[in-house]
Amino acid sequence: MFGFKIKNIRIIDPSQNKDMVDDILIENDFIVNKFSEKLDIHNEITVIDGTGKIVIPGIIDIHSHLREPGQENKETIYTGTRSAVKGGITTVFCMPNTNPYIDNSTVVESILFRAKKEGIINVFPIGCITKGSKGIELAEIGFLKKSGIIAISDDGMSISNSGIMKHALEYSKMFNLPVISHCEDKGLSGNGVMNEGKNSTILGLRGIPRQAEDIIVNRDIMLAELTNAHLHIAHVSTFGAVDLIRSAKKKGIKITAETCPHYFTLTDEAVKSYNTNTKVNPPLREQIDIEAIKYGLSDGTIDCICTDHAPHTIEDKNLPFDLAPFGIIGFETMLSLILNELVDKGVLNLLQAIAKITTNPAKIFKLKKRGSLKIGSFADLTIIDPNRSFKFEESCILSKNKNSPFIGRQFKGCVVMTMVSGKIVWKIF
Amino acid sequence: MSFDFKDLLAIKDLSKKNLQTILYSTQCCKQILMSGEKTPILVDKNVAILFYEPSTRTKNSFEIAAKRLSANVINISVNTSSVVKGESITDTVKTLEAMRIDYIIIRHSSAGIANMLAKNFKVSIINAGDGFHEHPTQGLLDLYTIYEYKKKIKDLKVLIVGDILHSRVAKSNIWALKTMGAEVFVSGPPTFIPANIEELGVTVFHNLDDIIDKVDVVNILRIQSERQKENLLPSLREYISLYQLNKKRLLNLKSEAIIMHPGPINRGIEIDSEVADSSKSVINKQVTNGIAVRMSILSLLNRDK
Ligand SMILES: [Zn+2]
Repeated sequence: MFGFKIKNIRIIDPSQNKDMVDDILIENDFIVNKFSEKLDIHNEITVIDGTGKIVIPGIIDIHSHLREPGQENKETIYTGTRSAVKGGITTVFCMPNTNPYIDNSTVVESILFRAKKEGIINVFPIGCITKGSKGIELAEIGFLKKSGIIAISDDGMSISNSGIMKHALEYSKMFNLPVISHCEDKGLSGNGVMNEGKNSTILGLRGIPRQAEDIIVNRDIMLAELTNAHLHIAHVSTFGAVDLIRSAKKKGIKITAETCPHYFTLTDEAVKSYNTNTKVNPPLREQIDIEAIKYGLSDGTIDCICTDHAPHTIEDKNLPFDLAPFGIIGFETMLSLILNELVDKGVLNLLQAIAKITTNPAKIFKLKKRGSLKIGSFADLTIIDPNRSFKFEESCILSKNKNSPFIGRQFKGCVVMTMVSGKIVWKIF
Repeated sequence: MSFDFKDLLAIKDLSKKNLQTILYSTQCCKQILMSGEKTPILVDKNVAILFYEPSTRTKNSFEIAAKRLSANVINISVNTSSVVKGESITDTVKTLEAMRIDYIIIRHSSAGIANMLAKNFKVSIINAGDGFHEHPTQGLLDLYTIYEYKKKIKDLKVLIVGDILHSRVAKSNIWALKTMGAEVFVSGPPTFIPANIEELGVTVFHNLDDIIDKVDVVNILRIQSERQKENLLPSLREYISLYQLNKKRLLNLKSEAIIMHPGPINRGIEIDSEVADSSKSVINKQVTNGIAVRMSILSLLNRDK
């Protein structure tokens, strides 16, 4: 038996539209309104002074690559979940492009087992849509669901055959599984390594036009309309995709969408140094896209913000720009970027911003008792010190790899405590 | 003198003053070159020529330039296929630095490789062509050659014909010429024109005959046959009919116009064989000037930076 009383803290809970200073009580795994009599008030309750701090529901990151099994040199469940709690993340979805792919129950079970043993947060695997994400044959989606996946995706690849995508949407419907689509027309993106435009011309790097994303977003919206299935668009990076999703939502099509902090923070100007930590897929775009994504976040077109945390080793990232792999890490910077780029700049208020990483993901992926600070919810919560500044230094990164474009950046607003099911997993105050 | 760089990576980084300094210094180097003598500017200095792409002419040009300045030269050719699995380029450069090499002249198929090395090493890096990014010494030798013939750069009309998208030579030429105040035109099929090229201050003509009679300089780029496999060209035959500098187009050129080509020439493809040897062609001059420009760059770089 144990309890926590976090006193005098500003509570931001979008699930109750709540923004007020109050106390918050935790007994064992859950948030309670008062402690039970079984609890020994003097010996079993820890009191934490939350004055000047903010508590939010624990962050749910719906898009990450934990790399286990198969690429443990990039990240493991052990290191990945420790990096996540530093960023206030209490629940993480992991993408299936592991080795072997998460396209059968055995891999799902092994990840869940490893997460329980080595991880310190909730880990929900995402299963493949097609076997080996090859885009040819459907994976055994029913068995995958039974073993515990939260959604399906062939992230990293786009299913090029529209017929197969249609079947995937139809079939997943009966299991109530959202289909997460990484939208990329491979014929158009080709060997591209950055956004196509003035900067790709100057740098002499092969470009990826926005339309490589937009075409597949458009196709998948049409297929979602046809099948009436739940389509979730991954990592929106273009103004065109934002427009397409907005009008699809207006039409009543079952579609949700996410973007990542780098898509509302950085443009392809960042690539000018040939820093391979700016190489990410989809690529960093231009100011017009940043504006559209911000607007899409503010009007609700984009429901969620996620990291697309994608660690790569220093050896991989030390290659020339065109040969280095796509992907950047994101767990430890997401919340601070949301605070600095969206809240401080007046794009979203705090309630709206926090909803994108807590309440909305919980609702879209039907997570019960998470993403909320309501009485009876799991005590997954994140405490922020809004006035604490820090410089994001390579030496402080907890992820197994350091491939972040934000190294050296100054932030204001810092996660100071993370709690998962009533257990403190990160505390720096 | 206005030149204070450790490395030569891209012409985009250079100011008008920098370019003027290079032009002047190249003039002096050319006198040394033509005199047939050696000069001790780089005596006891070590130059490594590190090429990850096959090339003989640029390599030879650099080697001759370095030797004229009395430097020691070592040549390292790396088979590109071994690059991916073999020693990383960073390790190779580390080794060269440990061997007390002062200058590394590098050519590589990846854009930005020279920038990456320059940032991480003390040795002077000279970019001898990186992917589709830049080939600064070619841009400079083209600039110098034009200057030699026209006695000015400002307000000249210069046309670059061919595969601009995959050409580092075109990029370096554009930056050099625009910085010096020339007007630059490019001509080629839309599949060969990179995105937003107009934002570099360049005007695009898909129809070569609309512009060819109006320019002072025509720079013809080499066509690589593999572009056909990438579906950027339906056939070489069609390219030749649309863009080859042939005898008929030669007649349309202004009387004092000059014809340039970075070499090696595909005679009968991008340029007609007789046109390449015609009185308007300055292609051989470019080769000589290439050595002078490379001498100039080697002597200008600041090893104390
Ligand atoms: Zn993806």
